Amino acid sequence: MSTTASNESRSRGKAPAGEKIADWADGRLGIYSLAKANMRKIFPDHWSFMLGEVCLYSFLIIILTGVYLTLFFHPSMNEVVYHGSYVPLQGQLMSEAFNSTLHISFEVRGGLLIRQIHHWAALIFLAGMFVHMMRVFFTGAFRKPREVNWLFGFLLFVLGMFTGFTGYSLPDDLLSGTGVRFMEGAILSVPIIGTYISYFLFGGEFPGHDFVARFYSIHILLLPGIMLGLVVGHLILVFYHKHTQFAGPGKTNNNVVGMPLLPVYMAKAGGFFFLVFGAIAVIAAIAQINPIWAIGPYRPDQVSTGAQPDWYMGMAEGLIRAMPGWEINFWGHTLVLGVFIPLVLFGVVLAAIALYPFIESWVTGDKREHHILDRPRNVPTRTAFGAAWIAWYFVLLIGGGNDLWATHFHLSINAITWFVRVAFFVVPVITFVVTKRICLGLQRRDKEKVLHGRESGIIKRLPHGEFIEVHEPLSQEQLYTLTAHQQYEPVEIGPTVDENGVERKVSGTAKLRAKLSKAYYGEDNQIPKPTVEEYKEITSGHGHH
Amino acid sequence: MKKLSARRRHPLAAVVVLLLALAATGGLYTAFAPASKAKADDSAQSLTIEEGKKLYAVGCASCHGTGGQGTTDGPSLVGVGAAAVDFQVGTGRMPAQQPGAQIPRKKVIYSQAEIDQLAAYIASLGAGPVVPTKNQYSPEGADIAKGGELFRTNCAQCHNFTGKGGALTHGKFAPDLDGVQPKHIYEAMQTGPQNMPSFPDTTMSEKNKKDIIAYLNAVNSDKTDNPGGLELGGLGPVSEGLFAWIFGLGALIAVAVWVAARTAKAKKS
Amino acid sequence: MSSQDIPEENLPAEQGTAHGAVGVADEKNPFADPGLPPHEHRIQDIDERAAKRSERVVALLFTVSMLATIGFIVSYVTIPNDKSVYVFPIGHLSAMNFALGLTLGVALFCIGAGAVHWARTLMSDAEVADERHPIEASPEVRAKVHADFKQGAKESVIGRRPLIRNTMLGALALVPLSGLFLLRDLGPLPKETLRHTLWAKGKRLVNMNTNQPLRPEDVAVGSLTFAMPDGLKETDEEFQTEIAKAALMIVRLQPDNIKDKRELEWSHEGVVAYSKICTHVGCPISLYEQQTHHVLCPCHQSTFDLSDGARVIFGPAGHALPQLRIGVDSEGYLQALGDFEEPVGPAFWERG
Repeated sequence: MSTTASNESRSRGKAPAGEKIADWADGRLGIYSLAKANMRKIFPDHWSFMLGEVCLYSFLIIILTGVYLTLFFHPSMNEVVYHGSYVPLQGQLMSEAFNSTLHISFEVRGGLLIRQIHHWAALIFLAGMFVHMMRVFFTGAFRKPREVNWLFGFLLFVLGMFTGFTGYSLPDDLLSGTGVRFMEGAILSVPIIGTYISYFLFGGEFPGHDFVARFYSIHILLLPGIMLGLVVGHLILVFYHKHTQFAGPGKTNNNVVGMPLLPVYMAKAGGFFFLVFGAIAVIAAIAQINPIWAIGPYRPDQVSTGAQPDWYMGMAEGLIRAMPGWEINFWGHTLVLGVFIPLVLFGVVLAAIALYPFIESWVTGDKREHHILDRPRNVPTRTAFGAAWIAWYFVLLIGGGNDLWATHFHLSINAITWFVRVAFFVVPVITFVVTKRICLGLQRRDKEKVLHGRESGIIKRLPHGEFIEVHEPLSQEQLYTLTAHQQYEPVEIGPTVDENGVERKVSGTAKLRAKLSKAYYGEDNQIPKPTVEEYKEITSGHGHH
Repeated sequence: MKKLSARRRHPLAAVVVLLLALAATGGLYTAFAPASKAKADDSAQSLTIEEGKKLYAVGCASCHGTGGQGTTDGPSLVGVGAAAVDFQVGTGRMPAQQPGAQIPRKKVIYSQAEIDQLAAYIASLGAGPVVPTKNQYSPEGADIAKGGELFRTNCAQCHNFTGKGGALTHGKFAPDLDGVQPKHIYEAMQTGPQNMPSFPDTTMSEKNKKDIIAYLNAVNSDKTDNPGGLELGGLGPVSEGLFAWIFGLGALIAVAVWVAARTAKAKKS
Repeated sequence: MSSQDIPEENLPAEQGTAHGAVGVADEKNPFADPGLPPHEHRIQDIDERAAKRSERVVALLFTVSMLATIGFIVSYVTIPNDKSVYVFPIGHLSAMNFALGLTLGVALFCIGAGAVHWARTLMSDAEVADERHPIEASPEVRAKVHADFKQGAKESVIGRRPLIRNTMLGALALVPLSGLFLLRDLGPLPKETLRHTLWAKGKRLVNMNTNQPLRPEDVAVGSLTFAMPDGLKETDEEFQTEIAKAALMIVRLQPDNIKDKRELEWSHEGVVAYSKICTHVGCPISLYEQQTHHVLCPCHQSTFDLSDGARVIFGPAGHALPQLRIGVDSEGYLQALGDFEEPVGPAFWERG
């Protein structure tokens, strides 16, 4: 800090007020040591590194607006008669929860705006987390030492989904009530304990009089409390690990190149909060979300077509819509596979996402720290997995909205469901194969570029009449950037028979690992990057170009 | 019986069944229809029927038969009543262009006078539901909130919360009710066109229908307020999710690109 | 333009680059890291006029934000909350929501845009390299921690006195049970309530539209009617829970069209009554196609054939819709001849 030198010459009494306060705080909180480590912390610049910030800020916006909404919302299922200003509901019976949501929307000035900001921010929060996770996945930012932070982020995504679901259910409107009913059906499908969980959750039979109050405490206290803790932990780890960066001149695994927190990132990140908040406020000004007055109060015997959950539950919805209605009755019991299998599958998919970093590190056996990000093309198998997963996810999103695709594209809903049933298995495989090929193609192109230079677009005629395109050699910066990634050798099991002819036992896991390793890094699964020798041979031979 | 079940799959078989159903519904109406009133202006009435018959012979007879008895291409119209004709022809569904999962609403090619003549002719073949009068369907004096409740019980399952329409099986659909005349909504409820069930006065009173029409008029018309802004089709979370991804996250990523981009460097001189 | 024109303090402080000389090619390894490229100045770094322009833009953005906040307050105070305006191309919307949202959005966005523009054009843009340090502790530290831990564990005598350890673990394992028991009163045990509805022998079928009991002749072929048990009122304390099981869908079929023998027996002159609650996950299913006699569920598209015992013909539902056996009472009204014979709604483990 530039003031330390002047500090010494100046008497304490004349120090600026800010400094005095900081000194006071340092004496009690030790803020100077904290600031020493963090005030000039370096953050690299890349737009994709700001996706996490989109999530953080939308989370803060959700908390701010959510607190405001709690001031007016009544989490009660007592039935009241509506006397508010929205004419098409006047005189209707509805729960207090629905009534107070109408009150927020029509009588509280700015209440509708805050409600809309809250809901839009929630959708953007989850979309942001999805994209942020994909960024981390495709660039390999989850590798050591960041596996734990991947888990934190994963938990935030899962908890975010459930916080969203419980919040969406609070107004007790016809759409969300249908969603809660679906949830009850899903819980009932759980073998042995399903009925008990359902009765405990709803305080008896569905819908009962309790679920809004219970969802309320889950939505505003339990889940966001856990999430807040996870967010803080996530951020501490980001600071502690220092941010990853893409390979480039001067950027190595042992440094982080960028701009300091004070002042540049203070301004950029701080400013970005306002940008995100501002953008969401404008969206809430012009686009209506969840118009519960048009939807009406919940009644278990009423329903509307197009009953969908918010987008982040679309995958679960797709699973459940595409599933055939399998049900097994035996010994006086019913196994509701048609609902339970999607439920289990949902959990399995989530668990697979959580565990992926550990699976990959087991396959590579790599125990080193990784701070340089992968370009997705350089890890074709991982990239192909990710792409296949996204494709699968989108197939299920289509399945979750099959009725709307049917009406808007004049298709048969049955045909769409059958398409989803087939695509569920086929599309991920095709995507996997295609993505991998694209990655390998891009790797080859990179290799070409390194060895033969960049196509300059200049056509030259040689003395004997042949036309050639002049290739410009790459600069050293580009050469370094394109060759900085390291490539793994596939794990070998080694000979199963030793030199004495005695058979060595190879465990099944070792075999599996060798197989996976080959799938990741085997001959056909990555293009060997150009070597210095290759480069020298070619450049010396092609000197005349 | 075998022959019948084979024909069940015919694209127009559904229409046959519909009109059988209409005929049955119409049968109930004969009990209420005031027969004596028709005699008063006998001559004017028969002239209208005559005109309708001519129109029918040109536009409808090829499918529905020369006497409205129905053919393999179109169901019998005996007893479907004037309301069914007014709805089907008045919304452009009839004459049908081509068979399909469902015959859609399209441009109306007959004038209201011609439709009335056609309706009179069909009504003369056998009694059925009559065209409702203006004070039956006009939303004035109706209970909008009650209409909303009725709509959510009887209609929303196919037509969505505010009548934006929805999907049925095998490519059939419940149409968007935006811009549909109150009279036609009334007639649809009364006659149950195509796969829509009917809601006769015996189970859904005239007052009920009026309330429903008033509710639709309040929530699904050009003048309907959407306090929050863009309605996004009124389709719920799917369109909201798409909007959040494309315009919400899309805008924020565009902003992020700007924040993280390098500032232009001074040109080297 | 030469750099002599600008005062020294406007230039960002020179930052040491992390790696060796800048941009020197390595003869032996053409792929070697050339190190950070030299810093290049922005226009604002060398042209004070450009810098001034940036300053003015930032100040303007902050000023716009202030004006927008004033606009927010003015809108809040002056616009009636129920005022509706037409805004092209959005449509009729709440003037208050639109004005508040836009002013708040602009006020926030301009603060952010100002700060970012400031950072991008006026703050130093020299890239700095920060060394990373391995996260793992050095072997000495590792050994020290292990030793300290062992020492501590030893001093606690936990290893020597297993009785303490085991009882402590036992106590800690048991104590959460209290919490688990406290959750018991969240709800009653399931018992048999899922199997029963309000329907019973002699209960009339009340039309939900008119609140009048239904007669068979009210129900025309091709029509659709919803009914609830006589005596249930919307204002009842348990209305929601009861209607969630008792809601009924009434249609009339030509008796010849009914393929299922039991369905025909349980109907009255072709009038059949089925549970309105889908057997998949409980949505009120009622998308009745009167020509095909199929009902479709709007939630997950299970399709049932009402002319054939409401068996499932498509979608994820696992079993047919329960049928209510109906007849007419002495006054000619439709009545139930008992409760549903099987539980309505979604299947569950004890359903059997």
